[in-house]
Amino acid sequence: MFQIEFDSPSDRVVGIDLGTTNSLIAWMNLGRPEVIEGEDGSNIVPSVVSLLPGGEVIAGTAARTALIDYPDRSIYSVKRLMGRGVADVQDELKLFPFHIAEGSESVIRVALGEKTFTPPEISAFILRQLKKNAEIALGGPVTKAVITVPAYFNDAQRQATRDAGRIAGLEVLRLVNEPTAAALAYGLDKRNEGIIAVYDLGGGTFDISILKLHDGIFEVLATNGDTHLGGDDIDNRLIRIALEDIQSEWGEDVSHSGEAVQTLRQDVIRAKEALSFEPTAHIEFAWHGKKYNREITRELFENLIRDIVDRTLGPCRDCMKDAGVTTDQIDEVVLVGGSTRIPMVRSAVEVLFRARPHTELNPDEVVALGAAVQAGILAGTVENQLLLDVTPLSLGIEMYGGLVSKIIHRNSTIPASAGETFTTGVDGQTNVLIHVVQGERELAKDCRSLARFDLKGIEPMTAGFARIEVRFLIDANGILNVTARDARTGKEQSVEVKPSYGLTDEQVEAMIEASIDNAEADFKAAQVAGARVEADTILSATDKAKRDEAWSTLTDEERHAVDRAIRELQSVYYHDDYEAIRARIDALNEATHKLAENMMNTAVNSALKGTKV
Amino acid sequence: MKDLKADYFEIFDLPRSAAVDAKDLEKRFYALSRQLHPDLYARKSQAERDYAQEASALLNDAYRTLKDPIARAMYLLKLEGFDIGEQGAKDVPPELLEEMFELNMMLEEANPDEIAAARVRFEAMRAAIDTELQDKFTAWNGSEVRSLLNRRKYITNLIDKANVPDRV
Repeated sequence: MFQIEFDSPSDRVVGIDLGTTNSLIAWMNLGRPEVIEGEDGSNIVPSVVSLLPGGEVIAGTAARTALIDYPDRSIYSVKRLMGRGVADVQDELKLFPFHIAEGSESVIRVALGEKTFTPPEISAFILRQLKKNAEIALGGPVTKAVITVPAYFNDAQRQATRDAGRIAGLEVLRLVNEPTAAALAYGLDKRNEGIIAVYDLGGGTFDISILKLHDGIFEVLATNGDTHLGGDDIDNRLIRIALEDIQSEWGEDVSHSGEAVQTLRQDVIRAKEALSFEPTAHIEFAWHGKKYNREITRELFENLIRDIVDRTLGPCRDCMKDAGVTTDQIDEVVLVGGSTRIPMVRSAVEVLFRARPHTELNPDEVVALGAAVQAGILAGTVENQLLLDVTPLSLGIEMYGGLVSKIIHRNSTIPASAGETFTTGVDGQTNVLIHVVQGERELAKDCRSLARFDLKGIEPMTAGFARIEVRFLIDANGILNVTARDARTGKEQSVEVKPSYGLTDEQVEAMIEASIDNAEADFKAAQVAGARVEADTILSATDKAKRDEAWSTLTDEERHAVDRAIRELQSVYYHDDYEAIRARIDALNEATHKLAENMMNTAVNSALKGTKV
Repeated sequence: MKDLKADYFEIFDLPRSAAVDAKDLEKRFYALSRQLHPDLYARKSQAERDYAQEASALLNDAYRTLKDPIARAMYLLKLEGFDIGEQGAKDVPPELLEEMFELNMMLEEANPDEIAAARVRFEAMRAAIDTELQDKFTAWNGSEVRSLLNRRKYITNLIDKANVPDRV
């Protein structure tokens, strides 16, 4: 009777910001997006994963502490490795303490202690922590999610993100671009018509998107960015300075100690953050009884990061050009990402767009909030709003001589498709290999290799006679789907996909399999947590009802029955058996049935009395 | 949307014409997007989701083609059976042969001022073609439009070539 009505758990869709530095999960609470707190009371889950010496994997706040105690068993900023090959990340390896395992080729494997994990598996640990937080807070299973990605993420990076969701036991209903999500979070009912620029400088990525708003439609006109530019780069500059200082002051190079560098990293981040509000700050670092303290003025800081800030402006100008808008047509600018708290970044944006940027929403939360809005759109609870996003990079096919023939141009609204007809070059040839690349350059080798599609089982015939129609479709997630059919017979043609980077479907399946044991434990924990949330609700409602005058209308026996049911529920409250908790909740519900009825009657009676003329 | 085989004009319920009102087209695009976008079918069956994806991709492809006057004209020529393959770039319109020859010389000599001046000249030529095309769009004449588009494509190639020194 006192039971709260939960929305059907199968319809519930959460929004997740899987960030380089921090991750958040949000949902639509009575029509408004809201970030869900973890058990530690923080709404942020640091994107850190650690394999404890006992073999347990932890993620989030606890792992951030472990980062200092077990630097070789912990990893942060794994987003930088998502969907990339070993050759791509050589620069990152100089600056980040990633331990890439031997034998990593198309898929990187990172060593944490004695084990190795792929980036999607590591991200899945972060997602599981978020999922668990949401299940505890919402009191029920969470299985469907919208996950955000940098707008400039390529196909492999998007696939890796979707794989991470699947490994974590989430059905990823949609990948949404982070700046677009931010616009959704901001744009609610605010403006009917207008052009918005979203400037998103996060921990490891930079995005700029220009959108046109029209009566609830958010049409992205163009997007641009740099998937390797962000707050991490600023931290690395400060760390380098501190390491040099320490070298000359102490005569000691601490850069080889993972523990020292991690401690120092957190110290410089503190100084960096303070500099957004104070004219000076100090990097204070203590190590093995020695102390290092250096004042950093904002002026020095700004000189240090000027070129990083400048690197964001080129993509902004290119984006305006692609969108076909000039600065004076931009009505509003939205800032996203923790790095946009830096005054120098804000003023650079102001100067470029000649508009005062929006900062009302917390830049750390706005992407997650927007993801929740998109989750609401998909769940059908948010109406009249629609996102029309674009693909950030052109899609092309490698032709003879290594030239690229572009088939879907960048900034095309997605879903977008293109068809091409292929034929054989040799008599009796039974398969055709298609190399698909992403990027703007003219030569395939300068673009990002996406996948090789092997059209197999072509009927042997004279060269040039076969007609295989291949359809390339970039879906609303920005991910490529390829289908092929024989133009003569109309028969579906088999296509074997060899992704250049990332996991095959079989590998993902195996990882899901391996994680099912964990998932069962997680599911049980979530059920228990959910049952306890319900128990709390009914216990407090009963407690309140006992103070109502209706309590005196019950017989002694009825009152005893209620008290007994309360005690029985309390006795199983801390047990791990959620079915027992639920059974006792039902029993208490039953026992309080009459009480609730009487309360209702008293309420009606007093209402009637009150309205008597 | 009628079916997935509809041509781009049918999708928007517009007559086949090179002259399209951009504002009206946008309005139709938004209205159709509100009916077809995959986001609106997330809770429906797999078959409905697949259809929404295909239909929406077709709608977006159609909008992208029709909102750009040049792409629209090319598409219309194709519908009318004109061959507009790659040969446009190869068949040099005779009156442009000399221009191409001069430009290649300039590029060899790498004289940035002359190249920049040439680029300005080419851009003016393209602007003139665009004006002429505007008229031809209303009083449609397929073969005239095709030769204008060929010429335009060739000039665009020249502009791209003349742009290269800028980027280096």
